[in-house]
Amino acid sequence: MKHNNLKVLVPALFLSVGLLSIQGCKPKGTQSAVSGNAAAKVYVAPGKYDEFYNFVSGGFSGQMSVYGIPSGRLLRVIPVFSVDPEKGYGYSEESKPMLNTSNGFIPWDDLHHIALSVTNSEHDGRWVFANGNNTPRIARVDLKTFRTAEIIEIPNSAGNHSSPFITENSEYVVAGTRFSVPIGDKQDVPINSYKENFKGTVSFIGVDKTSGKMNIAFQILTPGINFDLARAGKGKSAGWFFFSCYNSEKANTLLEVNASQKDKDFIMCVNWKKAEEYAKAGKGVKKAVKYAHNTYDESTHSATSTMENEVLVLDPKDCPDMIYFMPCPKSPHGCDTDPTGEFIVGSGKLAATIPVFSFTKIQAAIAAKDYDGSFDGIPVLKYASVLHGEVQKPGLGPLHTEFDEKGNAYTSFFVSSEVVKWNVQSLKVLDRIATYYSVGHLSVPGGPTKKPHGKYLIAYNKITKDRYLPTGPELAQSAQLYDISGEKMKLLLDFPTIGEPHYAEAIPAELIMKNSQKIYKIEDNKNPYAAKGDNFARVERKGNEIHVYMTSIRSHFTPDNIEGVKLGETVYFHVTNLEQDWDVPHGFAIKGANNAELLIMPGETQTLKWIPEKVGVFPMYCTDFCSALHQEMQGYIRVSPPGANVPLTFSTGKTAPAATEKKDTVKTK
Amino acid sequence: MKKIFSLPLFALSLLIGSCNGDKKTTEESATSDAVVTGGQEAVKDDESAKDVVKVAVGSKDHTTLVAALKQADLVTSLSNAGPFTVFAPVNAAFDKLPAGTVEGLMKDDKKADLQNILQYHVTTSSLKADFFTDGMTLGMVNGDNITFSVKDGKVMINGIATIIASIPASNGMIHVIDGVLLPPAKK
Repeated sequence: MKHNNLKVLVPALFLSVGLLSIQGCKPKGTQSAVSGNAAAKVYVAPGKYDEFYNFVSGGFSGQMSVYGIPSGRLLRVIPVFSVDPEKGYGYSEESKPMLNTSNGFIPWDDLHHIALSVTNSEHDGRWVFANGNNTPRIARVDLKTFRTAEIIEIPNSAGNHSSPFITENSEYVVAGTRFSVPIGDKQDVPINSYKENFKGTVSFIGVDKTSGKMNIAFQILTPGINFDLARAGKGKSAGWFFFSCYNSEKANTLLEVNASQKDKDFIMCVNWKKAEEYAKAGKGVKKAVKYAHNTYDESTHSATSTMENEVLVLDPKDCPDMIYFMPCPKSPHGCDTDPTGEFIVGSGKLAATIPVFSFTKIQAAIAAKDYDGSFDGIPVLKYASVLHGEVQKPGLGPLHTEFDEKGNAYTSFFVSSEVVKWNVQSLKVLDRIATYYSVGHLSVPGGPTKKPHGKYLIAYNKITKDRYLPTGPELAQSAQLYDISGEKMKLLLDFPTIGEPHYAEAIPAELIMKNSQKIYKIEDNKNPYAAKGDNFARVERKGNEIHVYMTSIRSHFTPDNIEGVKLGETVYFHVTNLEQDWDVPHGFAIKGANNAELLIMPGETQTLKWIPEKVGVFPMYCTDFCSALHQEMQGYIRVSPPGANVPLTFSTGKTAPAATEKKDTVKTK
Repeated sequence: MKKIFSLPLFALSLLIGSCNGDKKTTEESATSDAVVTGGQEAVKDDESAKDVVKVAVGSKDHTTLVAALKQADLVTSLSNAGPFTVFAPVNAAFDKLPAGTVEGLMKDDKKADLQNILQYHVTTSSLKADFFTDGMTLGMVNGDNITFSVKDGKVMINGIATIIASIPASNGMIHVIDGVLLPPAKK
């Protein structure tokens, strides 16, 4: 296969380079945006590594994908909020609890945003957080294993969009509710009593410094508006968090029109250090709620789901000087802080300008109580007093802003399909470049941190149309890679993504690759159903259950012949992969299993639950090509009628005739 | 698999094709020119268990075997997923061969003979010593069979080599033997 691919690829590469170069001479058309040496700039030779990892949200797929930059090669899809047959996630008995919620097991959610862990506002390569949008949750993925390690549900929230942005030293990730909802005991209320009964919340989820383990430290109760996006401050503003909000009209229907009435909505400024003090000082109220907290244990290879029933809520009425509203034009979406922490960029989806706010001015306005009234009792800062300035006529439909290390900002424009480069101090537009088409989020490696690597910018587009060979009504959303090392931005590459990419982050590869785990040590396997060697393989009956403690190693299962199972019994296959070799997983599948298959990493134990529905002999085999004798890696299990007189037996490698069966070839339980 | 395509040509096509002949082109394609990749034996991995080649390389009693595997270009294959059973003669076993045999086999024009002998020591299946029974025959990678005899728990192969130790490796089993197995003469 690889041979064939190379043969096709090489001429294709030459041809495409040739075409690009020829088209580079034409003055117009979308292809002319690509300069002659673009191919060389994204070419990562066979056996060479990409410079950056790019963690990309999968949107409605509920997953996260990992690409190499600059090649745009897909390296991994990490299942987070949706089941994934490629990894067995959500199918194996061990991983199912990860998708448990207060509403039960949810196999599919919507993942929008990424937050890489930081130390001193710089990427540290330990974890990546992601938000579950529909049924509000936050997940933590461990970057040693590229696996979802923890998921915590967010109570008093609906549409967890303003999430999971992160503070300077990963003290907290946040979860701001998109929908305001009835909070407390009175849940059954008329929808049109919105103004009276609906409230918003922003939650601060504490992250343990060592283990990364999350807990909901506190929630702040807010007026009944919609929270959209957020960013923590950095450096001088590190103790603050900024949330864009819309629907200050408090509409509960046809928001398209009704939430666009006012000239200005808000950015909510939260002094989270102060909120933390209030929480510690007992100013909050513990509210009864119900939410799931799921963790994956790397030593038992098993997830557990715990239902929590209490959350600490801070009401601004009892906590003065904790939150302020800052007017921001027309339903702000992006709310991004620059690398110095001084500037906060608000992007009003419907605004003609991009306002840039100054943290120093915000502090001065708060000190001087320079207010423009209040909103639901919360002080509103005077727009003119907190404004650094506005970028005039930048484009149509500003959405998101990333930064480089030279004081420049890059803002995406959905309606005019372009990225605009501008200077944060001078507010002057420096360059603009077309995207294809209708761009959403942007990512500069390190772009949301104190230390951007302004070499590349990746644009994540919503519409693909004619960019790739057509594949029916739906096309893979495109990402586009730009070279931003010079004064002018240059388009280098299109690459397809999974689901729909929303926010993404990119990080230097060396921060992650050095920690990447290769195998699970078999001696550290604490799964209670592990069989840590062929000699521990066995079959046991426990009441109505048959437990098969099975091992797999190139190229056989132990046991691989099982008899004596009766129809009506439930069979659990606990398969331990005895391999201690990187990238040698084994699979396990049994004919007729209507739930799943398994995929088991080296040193790991995973369980498949199987309820036979017919009498007969059922084949089972390894589904992940493991060795030269992979096709020989198979076995049989015999299912007999309920009253049958077949003893429970199991064996491997014994082929003696039936007459001597009991004596020589099988261990009988 | 290891075919390396011509990158200088690639760079050249860029230069010719490009309108502005950006100077960076030459520089950047020149760096990607030096693509040299090893096989699986070159993978950097200190976490996994050692494969059969790494185990042999780590044994001071198998320096002759390791040198022979290298000469016979079998290192990449034996670093593969396998699984393998390797009967690994110790240095002393090679020393028992008539004087000059090993030196002769190590010459480039005898590579095919060396490969034939070494492949007669390998089968693609991971087998423990207790699997072998008296009178059992086993097909080897070179296409010939070996025959086992088992007496008092000792496993002997072809009546000339005894298994003196067995070492599990990540991609199979190594059985250390005290004699070199010579394939039957071609008829």
